[in-house]
Amino acid sequence: MRKILAAGAAALVLAAGAAQAEPVKIGVITTLSGGGAGLGIDMRDAFQLAIKQSGNSEIELVVEDDAQKPELAVQIAEKMIQSDKVDLMTGIIWSNLAMAVIPNTVAQDVIYLSPNAGPSALAGANCHPNYFNVAYQNDNFHEAMGEYDNKDYKKTFILAPNYPAGKDALTGFKRYYKGELAGEIYTQVGQTDYAAEIAEIRASGADSVYFFLPGGMGIAFMKQYAQSGVDIPVTGPGFSFSQDVLPAIGDAALGVKNSATWAKDLDNAANKAFVEAFSKEYNRLPSIYAAQSWDTANLILAALGKASVKDRQAFRAALKEADFASVRGKFKFNKNNHPIQDIYVREVVKDGDVLTNRIIGTAFTDHGDAYADQCAM
Amino acid sequence: MAAFVSGQFRTQDRYAPLPELLQPAGPIPLSLALLIEQLLNGLQLGVMLFLIAAGLTLIFGVMGLINLAHGSLYMVGAFACASVAATTGSFWLGLVTSLAAAAAAGALMEVAVIRRLYARDHLDQVLATFALILVFSEGTRWLFGSFPLYLDIPPVLQGAVALPGGGQYPLYRLAIIAVGVLVAAGLYLLIGRTRLGMRIRAGETDREMIAALGVDIRALYTLVFALGAALAGLAGALVGALQSVQVGMGEPALILAFVVIVIGGIGSIKGALVGAVLVGLVDTMGRFLLPKLLALALPATQAGPVGAAIASMLIYILMALILAFRPSGLFSARS
Repeated sequence: MRKILAAGAAALVLAAGAAQAEPVKIGVITTLSGGGAGLGIDMRDAFQLAIKQSGNSEIELVVEDDAQKPELAVQIAEKMIQSDKVDLMTGIIWSNLAMAVIPNTVAQDVIYLSPNAGPSALAGANCHPNYFNVAYQNDNFHEAMGEYDNKDYKKTFILAPNYPAGKDALTGFKRYYKGELAGEIYTQVGQTDYAAEIAEIRASGADSVYFFLPGGMGIAFMKQYAQSGVDIPVTGPGFSFSQDVLPAIGDAALGVKNSATWAKDLDNAANKAFVEAFSKEYNRLPSIYAAQSWDTANLILAALGKASVKDRQAFRAALKEADFASVRGKFKFNKNNHPIQDIYVREVVKDGDVLTNRIIGTAFTDHGDAYADQCAM
Repeated sequence: MAAFVSGQFRTQDRYAPLPELLQPAGPIPLSLALLIEQLLNGLQLGVMLFLIAAGLTLIFGVMGLINLAHGSLYMVGAFACASVAATTGSFWLGLVTSLAAAAAAGALMEVAVIRRLYARDHLDQVLATFALILVFSEGTRWLFGSFPLYLDIPPVLQGAVALPGGGQYPLYRLAIIAVGVLVAAGLYLLIGRTRLGMRIRAGETDREMIAALGVDIRALYTLVFALGAALAGLAGALVGALQSVQVGMGEPALILAFVVIVIGGIGSIKGALVGAVLVGLVDTMGRFLLPKLLALALPATQAGPVGAAIASMLIYILMALILAFRPSGLFSARS
C-alpha cells in the first residue's frame, strides 16, 4: 500500500539547476478502501494534483490507507513520525480517526493540517499551535442549516451517526434552530438500513427532517427514504449531498437544500481553475472533500514560500497568515487555527444529466466557531 | 429576525451555551401502526440476513469450510445488478445477471482455490478466503472505480401499501420478505425432497461413504458452492437497490451473517432462518425501543446516544447468551 511519489517530473528537470533546498515530507493518511473510500480518494487526488501543478520538487508525499479504522490510522501515524520522519501530516476524513491521531501527532512537533474532520474537542480548550483545520469546525455546516431551516420549518426531526462528528452535527444544528424538535436519533456508524428510523420519522408528526449521514450511509438513507412513501421534506449538510454520493442517490436528491462552504459554481478565479484542472485530470467533478484538500495543499505551498518547515515557529506563523487563493473565496484563521469563512446554502440541481449543487444563498458570512473562545492560544 | 432576503439572511454570529439547546418535545407516541411497521422492518432485515446466511451455513454444513469471501459474492451480485440495470435500464435483467454472476464467481472460486482447502484446517481456510476478499475488493475497485454505483428499485415495486392501524409500508420491502419466504421454502424442498438434497445431506453426514458409493463429490461440492454463492448474489442485488452499491459492502453483512449462523447452529438451514429473523427483530426493536426505555431513566441528552450504543451491541449480547446456554447454537446440524 505504500506509495512514495516525488511530485512533478517535469519540474524536477527545471529545478535541477536551482539551489538544493531541503526536502519537505508530507504524510497523507486517508481512507482509500472500504465504504468511505470515495471521500479519501477525492482528498488524495486533489492534494496530489495541487502539488503536481505547483511544480515544487522538494515535496515528497507519503500516502497511506487507514481503511477508516482508528487503530490502523494510529499505527500509520506513528510509523510516519518515527521512521518516515514527516514534517507535516494531513488527510484524515473521519472525526473518530482524527481524535485518535491528531493529539499525539501535534505533541511530537509534527504540524497537522486537517482537510476535513474538525471535532469540537480539538477546537476549544484542547486547541494546539501545531494543529490547523483548513476545512471547518464540525458544527459549522449544521449551524448554517439550522439557521436556514428556521425560515421554512417549525418541527424538525434530526438524526446523525453516534460518533464525535454526529454529536457535533446535531449540537451545531440545535444551536441555531429555533423551532421544535419532533425527535432526535443517533444511528450506528456504518449503518446501512434505516427502515426503523424512517418509521419513527413517519410517526413523529415532523414537518421536516435534518440528517447528517456522510458517505454510503447517506446514500442508503436517501434511497430508502424516497422509497418509503414519507413525503416530509429533508435538508442536510453538504456532506449528505456531495458530489461523491449524488450519482448513487439519484433523482431522490433533486431540489434538496444543503449547506456548505463550497460549490463548484462558486464564482472566483481559484475555484474555476480548480474545477477545470480536477475535472480534466480525473474525468469527474470534484467533491467538497477535494476542494478542502486542494486548499490544504495550496496553504502548505504558500507557507513553504515564506518559511522553512524545519523552523516550526516561523512555519506556523506562515500558515496562520493563510496567504493563498482559496477556492472558497475568503479564508482566514481564527485564534484556534480553525477557519473563519462564509457558509452557503446550496440546492441539488441537474446540470445536463449530472446531479450537482448550485449556491442559492449565504447563511453566514465570516463565520467562526463556538469553541474558539475556550482556546488559550 | 433571520429573514432570508435575496440570498443573504444573516451576518451576525451568536452562540447559545450548550445547556440551552433544544430537547425533543417528547417521545414519539407508540402507536399500533408504528409497532407493526417496526416488526415488519425487523422481519425484513431478518429475511435479508437469511439469504446471506443460508449459503454460508450450507457451505459450512456440507463441506466444513469457513468462507470469509461469502460477503464478496454478495458484493458481486450487487455490482452485477447495478451495472446491468444501468446499461439496459431493466432491474429484472440485472437481478438475473446477479444470480448468474455470483454463481459463476462462486463456482470459479471453488474450482480454483476452495477445492484445495477442504482437507486443511480452519485457520488455512480463513487465511485463504480472507485473501480472496482482498482480491475481490481490489478487482471490483479496478473494474468499477471507488465511487458507489446507482441502483434503484423497479417501477412496479415502487410506492407503499397501507397497513392496518393507518401506517404505510414500502412495497419493495414486502417483496423482499416474500422472496425470503420463497427461498426458505425452496431450500426446504430441495434439501428434504430431492435427490440432490439427499446427496447434500449424505455429504454432511459422511463424505467418505458417499464418495465410495460413486457420487461425484467434487461436482456436488462445486454445485453446492455455486448455489450458496447465487443466494448471496441475490441478496446483494436486492439490498443494492436499498443501499449503496460500493466496494466493501459485503463485510458488514458477512459479520451479521456469522452472528446468525452461530446463533442458529452452524450448518443448519432451519437454524439460519430462525437465527436471522431473531437477529433482525432484536436489532430493529432494540434500535427502536431502547432509547425510549432509557429516556424514562436518563436525561434526554444522554438517552439517545447511550440507547444507540447499547442497541448496536444487542445482537452480540444475544449471541453470547445463546452460546452460554446452547454452545452449539439453537439447531446444530452436528449435534
